[in-house]
Amino acid sequence: MYPGDFYYTKDHEWVRVQGQDAVMGITDFAQKQLGDVVFVQLPEVGANLEAHQSIGTIESVKAVSDVFSPLAGEVTAVNGDLVDNPEIINQDPHGKGWIMRLKPADPKAVERLMKAAEYEKHLEGLDKET
Amino acid sequence: MKREPLIFEVSDKGKRAFRLPKLDVPCGQDPWRGYSLRESIEGFPQVSEIEVVRHFTRLSQWNHAVDIGFYPLGSCTMKYNPKVNERVAAFPGFAGVHPLAPEEYAQGCLEVLKRTEELLGEITGMDAFTLQPAAGAHGELVGMMLIRAALADRGDPRRVVLIPDSAHGTNPSSAHLCGYRVQEIKSDGSGRVDMAGLEKAMTSEVAALMVTNPNTLGVFETDIRKIAAVVHSRGGFLYMDGANMNALCGVCRPGDMDVDVIHLNLHKTFSTPHGGGGPGGGPVGVKNVLEPYLPGPKVDRRDGRLVLVADLPKSIGRVRSFHGNFLVVVKALAYILSLGAEGLKEMSEVAVLNANYIRKSLEGLFHLKYQTPTLHECVFSDKFQKEHGISNLDIAKRLIDYGVHPPTMSFPLIVPGALMIEPTETEPRRELDVFIEAMKAIAREAKESPELLKSAPHASPVRRLNETAAARNPVLRWTEDMTEPSRE
Repeated sequence: MYPGDFYYTKDHEWVRVQGQDAVMGITDFAQKQLGDVVFVQLPEVGANLEAHQSIGTIESVKAVSDVFSPLAGEVTAVNGDLVDNPEIINQDPHGKGWIMRLKPADPKAVERLMKAAEYEKHLEGLDKET
Repeated sequence: MKREPLIFEVSDKGKRAFRLPKLDVPCGQDPWRGYSLRESIEGFPQVSEIEVVRHFTRLSQWNHAVDIGFYPLGSCTMKYNPKVNERVAAFPGFAGVHPLAPEEYAQGCLEVLKRTEELLGEITGMDAFTLQPAAGAHGELVGMMLIRAALADRGDPRRVVLIPDSAHGTNPSSAHLCGYRVQEIKSDGSGRVDMAGLEKAMTSEVAALMVTNPNTLGVFETDIRKIAAVVHSRGGFLYMDGANMNALCGVCRPGDMDVDVIHLNLHKTFSTPHGGGGPGGGPVGVKNVLEPYLPGPKVDRRDGRLVLVADLPKSIGRVRSFHGNFLVVVKALAYILSLGAEGLKEMSEVAVLNANYIRKSLEGLFHLKYQTPTLHECVFSDKFQKEHGISNLDIAKRLIDYGVHPPTMSFPLIVPGALMIEPTETEPRRELDVFIEAMKAIAREAKESPELLKSAPHASPVRRLNETAAARNPVLRWTEDMTEPSRE
């Protein structure tokens, strides 16, 4: 379910390292919790983000939720397709539904995030809790 | 059910409500000369009087209102609005007064404002109030502006506002609009603010903690004074969202909990009409330390008369035209005076009793994530029904068939699939029992005939609407060539 070469956060964002850059989006669990996504607010290219800074919001029929930057760094690209077709996040959260690409301030920081197995364990814990 | 056409669809050229008789006196100079006037408005519907009346009367009959049925919308306090309030607000002296009337001609109105401020102060234990904010979120913004002004004055501007994950959803927006960065504080296992998390997050960069008490789970923050001590010891302010004040009146006072700023919702706790029947009222109460920053002009008592004071050097200025939604204040005052101190206490006690009657009656049938005792509302979830593929949305839609307005859904976010139920004190026990029986029937249906729930509502003028399509491609204007969307 959750790609083994991705990294994950407790807030249900994923990160994929691509050369010098990191691509991020929200996880399948997150899109299921949100339900049908109807609007995605994207950060600005060139913005310098702190780790855990809010980069924008995702609006679904159920709720409006903040999306956080999993890493500190500079935004190098955003997924403009989401503006007109927010449903891509529901259809392909780990692929075409990517949100932004950034150049991490510290290339090693990503390794402090969760691996797939760890994230799946985190989800099991959440399930018990509810 | 018969489809109600849009008003545009019954329009025919030349139809009109009434015609004035032909002018039978000499016409003077055209009074509109020099104004650009249109002969007609293109696309404006042309209908007869009876068509207008029937159309809107029929639509109003499709509406759900607290005068029609149970309305357990959690955290919204949809209590009955006593009709005597409307009668008082319609007194010509209140309804007809000009907002710019000189003080000496508006002493009665100024008395209403001052008296309401004083009574709200007594109810909440705060030192001073402004009645200007137009509704709850406006009150939140004003409260945060007061904190910002005080900190700026102190030469200690701060950047962060802490908000528990059980707070009202508008709190982060209000703090953000005021220029603060919002940081979330997690709840502990009991659904209260996690003290260790607060201790850690409460730095010298934090301007305020915005706490909703009782929070959106209906849980009272029993550590509120400890919370206040932590916030104050690091130079921050404690903001309390008072939207849930219906649980506390006459029992305890936010001022005694060391709260620095609070906003109230007159249209919740103090029974003024809500939603489409508004407007609202969002008074903000403060402790002495923040009083100099309150919006002006302020009503003051001087030598047995009431005066408006505008010379307030530290005030954040006016936040609403004239004196806020004045007639809403009149209705709230009528309510407070007609209940009296004992009545207000009983109001909160019965609100808590009613919510707990529902909680106890439905426990076991619907999942309760937090076992902590709750006050005026309770938050169930769809966890048990999920096993049959039924979500909180299906439950809410099915409730419409039973004549009940759906509860607040999917909030707070810490309870997945939440159903937040607030009956208020004005529901007779018989109504509560009807609701409880409906919920029990729905729990049975979820097991035995889930399809019935998934295709609900069945008894309403329109069936399940495609909310996703409506949100993604909203059609906001009617045009002549418009075809009706398919009902699928």
